[in-house]
Amino acid sequence: MAKKFLSGNEAFAYGVRLARPQVISAYPITPQTIVVEKLSEFVEDGSLNAEFIHVESEHSALSCAMGASSVGARAFTATSSQGLLYMAECLPYAAGGRFPIVMMNANRSTALPWNIYGDQRDSISQLDSGWIQAYACNAQEALDLALMSFYIAEHKDVSTPFMANLDGFVLTHTYEVVDVPTAEQADAFLPKYQTDNKMDLQKPRNLAFSAGPDTNTYFKYREHLGILNAYKIIDEAEERFAKIFGRRYTGLTESYRTEDADYILITLGSLSGLVREVVDELRKEGSRVGLLRLRYLRPFPNEEIAATVKNAKAVAVLEKDISFGNEGTVYTNVNSALQKAKLRIPSSDYIGGLGGRNISKEEIKIIFDELEQQQSTVKFLGIGGETNGN
Amino acid sequence: MKPYLRDFVPTSYDDIPKATAYEAGYLVTKNAGWRNARPVLDETKCIGCLNCYLYCPDGVIFREDSKIGIDYDFCKGCGICSKICKLKAIKMEAEK
Repeated sequence: MAKKFLSGNEAFAYGVRLARPQVISAYPITPQTIVVEKLSEFVEDGSLNAEFIHVESEHSALSCAMGASSVGARAFTATSSQGLLYMAECLPYAAGGRFPIVMMNANRSTALPWNIYGDQRDSISQLDSGWIQAYACNAQEALDLALMSFYIAEHKDVSTPFMANLDGFVLTHTYEVVDVPTAEQADAFLPKYQTDNKMDLQKPRNLAFSAGPDTNTYFKYREHLGILNAYKIIDEAEERFAKIFGRRYTGLTESYRTEDADYILITLGSLSGLVREVVDELRKEGSRVGLLRLRYLRPFPNEEIAATVKNAKAVAVLEKDISFGNEGTVYTNVNSALQKAKLRIPSSDYIGGLGGRNISKEEIKIIFDELEQQQSTVKFLGIGGETNGN
Repeated sequence: MKPYLRDFVPTSYDDIPKATAYEAGYLVTKNAGWRNARPVLDETKCIGCLNCYLYCPDGVIFREDSKIGIDYDFCKGCGICSKICKLKAIKMEAEK
């Protein structure tokens, strides 16, 4: 293992290099560009033996990755924001075809108004596309996720594409000291990709056919079971990872000081670092507060959320997305988890960080303050007004 | 040549392949349900030029010995064959 000073994008690129993909097809877009540039340098200097394909669009990038995956190659792509949306037609295609492609998405706002800064409306708008969705909170986790994502996606019980999300700029462009594993360690962790789901001259197959009303549900149900299987394979991957690299991740969620917490803030991505600091400060003042970070949105951690917050007096979701006309989508999902577990806990939604707007410590403290009122409201940070009109 | 239809057609969840992939060379379902007019060939007019075969967007026209055949399992009834036939050997007849 070697320590390097890397940005989130670079760390992810190092992780991808260790995973030895055979095909990389991508189109550059801010703030993802550096991961693609870095990988093209690795291919150029010979440290990564992959076919690097410059495509003319994101739609082609994912189509190309599907082509590679359909002949049994390990394939990687990366995008962000408008690029992810341009790719959108191909997302359920890859998921339905059970092609375990790994994609890094640099979370960025979507137009209009045009904006290149970070929020999570891009990936969250694609929650229903059939992809596994993970959210890293720092550069080390980004690198580790790059390696683990291939293991999870390609596992025969899962066979589902994997979207690893890094907050645009805040995570993609900030530098940290990162442990970069050796190639030997990575090879010990990640087996070669083997699959029957491929074109094979000896065993020709009919891929990407249509399935009518009579059988379509069966295929969709099987796809659903595949992504649900990721549940246990994520744990298997993290256990295996810990044995080789000494870092143990905590599955679909990560909780911080929640055991005896009355008030719990649920969030995702790099924002959790700041919330953690606020939790420490408020704890010093005697408040029983905690943080629950969602590491994965698909599969969704229903049981983990319920188990973590079951004794809390109130919870809030802080998220960088809004499903216009309703509320934040993470909030909708969290409420569903509470409902299924028959938990009657007041829950509020705070929508912030849109278009890269900074979320301050003070704002997070206000959220914890308001949690004590045990209300169920939807608010936009920095605007003040409540938004649930009924 | 008509495409092969698989003898075994999946009807339950357990019949479904793991990925969206079947053994190559077979079609699983017939696909012509939305046709509202069918091309009917007048063999006395047809000279076997195969122009209809070249134009058919769904590849359902085939040659059997020296005759032309139309695969109604997959023909969608677009009528291009009828339009393109210089001998007016193909007529579109409404499906009942």
